[in-house]
Amino acid sequence: MSTKTTIPDFRITPTVDQVGVEERVARFTTRSIKKESKMQGMKMILSMIDLTTLEGKDTEGKVKQMCYKAAHLHDIIPGLPTVAAVCVYPSMVKTAKDALIGTGVKVASVSTAFPSGQSTHEIKISDTKFAIANGADEIDMVISRGEFLKGNYNFVFDEIAAIKQACGKARLKVIFETGELSTLDNIRKVSDIAMYAGADFIKTSTGKISPAATMPVTLVMLEAIRDYYYATGRMVGMKPAGGISTSKLALQYLIMVNETLGADWLSNEWFRFGASSLANDVLMQIAKQNTGVYQCSDYFSKD
Amino acid sequence: MARIEIQKTYKIYIGGQFPRTESGRYYPLKNKKGDVIANICLCSRKDFRNAEVAARAAQSGWGSRAAFNRAQILYRIAEMLEGRKEQFISELLLQGSTLAAAKKEVEISIDRMVYYSGWCDKFQAIYSSVNPVASSHFNFSVPEPTGVVAIIADETTSLLGLVTAIAPVIAGGNTCIVLASETKPLCAVTFAEVLNSSDLPGGVVNILTGTAAELHEHFSNHMDVNTVIYYRNNKAEIKTIKENASLNVKRVFVYNKINIATEKAESPYFIFDTQEIKTTWHPIENIGASKAGY
Repeated sequence: MSTKTTIPDFRITPTVDQVGVEERVARFTTRSIKKESKMQGMKMILSMIDLTTLEGKDTEGKVKQMCYKAAHLHDIIPGLPTVAAVCVYPSMVKTAKDALIGTGVKVASVSTAFPSGQSTHEIKISDTKFAIANGADEIDMVISRGEFLKGNYNFVFDEIAAIKQACGKARLKVIFETGELSTLDNIRKVSDIAMYAGADFIKTSTGKISPAATMPVTLVMLEAIRDYYYATGRMVGMKPAGGISTSKLALQYLIMVNETLGADWLSNEWFRFGASSLANDVLMQIAKQNTGVYQCSDYFSKD
Repeated sequence: MARIEIQKTYKIYIGGQFPRTESGRYYPLKNKKGDVIANICLCSRKDFRNAEVAARAAQSGWGSRAAFNRAQILYRIAEMLEGRKEQFISELLLQGSTLAAAKKEVEISIDRMVYYSGWCDKFQAIYSSVNPVASSHFNFSVPEPTGVVAIIADETTSLLGLVTAIAPVIAGGNTCIVLASETKPLCAVTFAEVLNSSDLPGGVVNILTGTAAELHEHFSNHMDVNTVIYYRNNKAEIKTIKENASLNVKRVFVYNKINIATEKAESPYFIFDTQEIKTTWHPIENIGASKAGY
């Protein structure tokens, strides 16, 4: 961050007009994207997916299987992209890294005692460094929601900054777990805190609690990114995660990004979907466009 | 001043809800005199797709219910039909039936629902077997529901055709999407209201209205449909359905030779048609005639 940037007083971040946000979001769902542009959009969605497995029951075998899927989404259909990254627990980073050699797919690791974030500072730092040492290209950290809700914004800011430092060259995604933050005002505030503290991406949710990503929440975060960009000139990425499982909904998110931030953000460098089941729905839609026949999930690999 | 009668708006039935067609299209239904008696949804490919998604989502839950519970629910449907008898009769009259014929159609429909209700927990016993095999296995075969069934129902009847088509399919634990009669669709939505108040989970039966000419193609080429049943006589449609079914090897049944007003349309074999036989080889220590292994 350049020394010229002044950090604003987070107690006075702008408030959000909830009704206005909902009305705006409702309009994104009325756009009609058909045929060729729909195909382009769906391929773009595939290239923006962080294929995710974050289960207690994950094994090396499961992760390897998913990594294969990440690079070979559906080989019957030629010309498909790979997904952007796979997202795993730190203990699986090495497995994923080895499995993805030569594919161009990145490895993202969750960290900082994901998903609760309830641990000590030292453990969070060493969690992050462990993932980086094993080859993670991206770190998905969770913020301390309890501290944020108490109003301890400095704590949250300092923690993000410390993890950013521990990341080195790896890109840092900051997960807010918006389902626990109650209000859009809080989401706007935490977006500002994270971006000024050095986040490369801001991300809605862990996927572990409901509601996860919703369109109003994502719009508030996109607007925060836009305002931050105007203030500092630095681009920050966005990653809605959890609950986006159909291509129709994903296309509406792309429309929202385009109409809020512009086409510069429409690449997997600046926008990602955190999802596990979205890929197959998009693949089924692409197969439908190619064959003219509605598809059945039995014919698409699960992982 | 003469009162203007409120005409019922006939909607479709998908996933336990009563939406209008997503296409926004309608066709006017006329009586013998040529007066419009109702506007009916002209369903599209996308309505079928939505119905299929609902049917697929409902299938595992419905198929894994206790057979006895399915019987209870089918019987409940019959009870609700009985309670709404007068409404069905008046709708049949509107569509040109005589009073005697209308009464008869409704009564056969109710009785047929009871008939298949009775079979729900009995057909498995008939179609199952324990098979003799020449190895140390306990080998048995049982019928299981095939999954999602797309049905193009009889064109000549309004209620009976629907009941005849739906009852054996859901008795066996399948879910279905049914295209109601194009020229006599009035009972379809009233029947959907009966289903909706009969403890039948949403999505098990989905009822569309419209033309087979437009929809038979989509009914038969959807990769996530397991069986297609066809009750009409259009040879070209039958040919297309059979060709499309080969895409994912759907079962196809054409029941246009059966007089559905008679008992010929009541048989557990209609349940069997939408079942698949699963055979299990269960290893055992030794078989009857062999010596003890120790």
